[in-house]
Amino acid sequence: MSAGVAGAGAVPSRTQADALAARRRRARLGLVALAVLVGALSILALGAGAVVIPPGRVVAIVWDAATGAGSGAARDALVVTGIRLPRLLMGLLVGAALAVAGALMQGLFRNPLADPGLVGVSSGAGLAAGITIVLGERLLPAALGVDPFALLPIGAFLGGLASTLVLYAIATRNGRTSIATMLLAGIALGALAGAASGFLAYLSDDRQLRDLTFWSLGSLGGATWSKLAVVAPILLVTLAATPILARALNALVLGEAEAYHLGVAVERAKAAIVVLVAAAVGASVAAAGVIGFVGIVVPHLLRLAIGPDHRVLLPASALLGAALLVGADIVARTVVAPAELPIGIVTAAIGAPFFLWLLLRKRGLFP
Amino acid sequence: MLRIIVLLAGLPLAGLLLAAPLPAAAAERIVAAGGVVTEILYALGVEDRIVGVDTTSVHPPQALADNPDVGYVRALSAEGVLSLAPDRVIATDAAGPAAALDLVRQAGVPIDVVGEEPTRAGVTGRIRTIGALVGAEARAEALAAEVEADFAALAEARARLDGAQVRVLFVLSLQNGRAMVGGAGTSADAIIALAGGVNAVPEVAGYKPVTDEAIIAAAPDVVLSIARGDHALDPDEVFAMPAFALTPASEGRRLVSMDGLALLGFGPRAPQAAAALMRALHPRAEIPPIGAAEATR
Repeated sequence: MSAGVAGAGAVPSRTQADALAARRRRARLGLVALAVLVGALSILALGAGAVVIPPGRVVAIVWDAATGAGSGAARDALVVTGIRLPRLLMGLLVGAALAVAGALMQGLFRNPLADPGLVGVSSGAGLAAGITIVLGERLLPAALGVDPFALLPIGAFLGGLASTLVLYAIATRNGRTSIATMLLAGIALGALAGAASGFLAYLSDDRQLRDLTFWSLGSLGGATWSKLAVVAPILLVTLAATPILARALNALVLGEAEAYHLGVAVERAKAAIVVLVAAAVGASVAAAGVIGFVGIVVPHLLRLAIGPDHRVLLPASALLGAALLVGADIVARTVVAPAELPIGIVTAAIGAPFFLWLLLRKRGLFP
Repeated sequence: MLRIIVLLAGLPLAGLLLAAPLPAAAAERIVAAGGVVTEILYALGVEDRIVGVDTTSVHPPQALADNPDVGYVRALSAEGVLSLAPDRVIATDAAGPAAALDLVRQAGVPIDVVGEEPTRAGVTGRIRTIGALVGAEARAEALAAEVEADFAALAEARARLDGAQVRVLFVLSLQNGRAMVGGAGTSADAIIALAGGVNAVPEVAGYKPVTDEAIIAAAPDVVLSIARGDHALDPDEVFAMPAFALTPASEGRRLVSMDGLALLGFGPRAPQAAAALMRALHPRAEIPPIGAAEATR
């Protein structure tokens, strides 16, 4: 990228300034394009589905709901406002949160392979969910009349948060958190949780095994207004807090000491990032199961396309993550209708080939 | 691209839906979630009212061929079910997830849940319940009476057995050499008892994986398994495994494979399945045909 080699010293050369300006223009254009994409996919998500509702009727239903006119318990109205709308909002929020969490992790660990799984959130949440599915019926007295499945989101959230706190405690000494220790301990903790999950799979019967498998592939199918009311505040807080962290992350790219000398409160930034990621991913997993791939690929894709500046990368990740998940969900609930595919299959099937193509193009293997 | 496909697919369907806005008095449109529900609906002769079945509805074979598949019974999609515009969903208590079922109920579609008790009363209860739900009480009563008679004939045949104890090990699956067996409280345990056999692992509760040594200690005379799908077992493979090679079942290579839904579903075919198993367990006993289906065969 550094085209302006000649002279210049501290003052950026004309070509460098031009390149920076071009990059900024490109970033702004990218953000606008992504916002348009999210908007278009959202409209499509409200209009498409197994129940066929003409576009005009969808608009009327949304208008009625928004103005409080309420068209009663008509089936179409319920499909749009009771199923598609909460599902769309959940998809937007979870997709944005997962992608931003991935971008935060990669920035914090300065490691391109970092994803939310590394701080143990996913494995902890997954393990807690497994315990709920397999042991829920045994641990809960039947007399309580509680469906173990209803406890799944709570279990997943608490599991994710707990494993992150343990990891943070391991990696922190005298108020300083060692990122390297955290990375390694995260892998160890992940392996431990994996072993425990495997043991649960061993204990489980046929039906529980099926439940585990479906859950581990993720689905937005359980999105309801009440679930959204619990999960949305957590995800919105995380998303709202990320712009504050962009400058710190840009400085952290240079290294922790360098960031400190640039005036960044490094320890506070680290703590904030870890807690925000734990909350966001825990809430996402609780709401939609384990949806892989979004957190790792979306930020990379954007780095390749619009550069590594976190001030652009974070909002762009949120937009593209939201678009990817909403788009994938449209596919998941229409291709095999009236049945439904687990969304994790679709995100990987859409995203992976595109990502590979981008990588190969970057290396000049494609025009 | 996708939008175009969706629109193209959607327009004619939208026209159909608008043209026929589902009057309440119309013939019932039923979504069946659970293999045994579908089987009973077909047995009651109301299959023309079925508008959707789940993936476990494998009997009769045309059920899945003739109807849209709403997915696995534990992973139903609310919008998918509603898109079939059902008046009623009839499900086994395995159906889920709860959130999807709640949404279907909110849309004004009643969901009736039938139990899965693996007993004689469970079978006839299911038939009568489903018969009442679809307004086929008379047919259901006749079918329930047939099934009662079949169970009675089965009980007589069982009483005439010579009393030899045949230990049966039900193997649900063999994954990575690990056997998942049917213990006490399972429908496998129930059908073994109906067939005049003895469950070889009564101390196991539910379907559980067991060790090789536990299989040897169980000393089954017969290994019972499911005939089709991903659970099918191959006798050569089974009796080549050390655990099974050391059991009495290995000497006569006695591996019995039967249709899973008939064997474990406890639908109208349960007495026949038990009779077929009884013949396999007691090859020297005289067991008369049970039920109309067996008599005409």
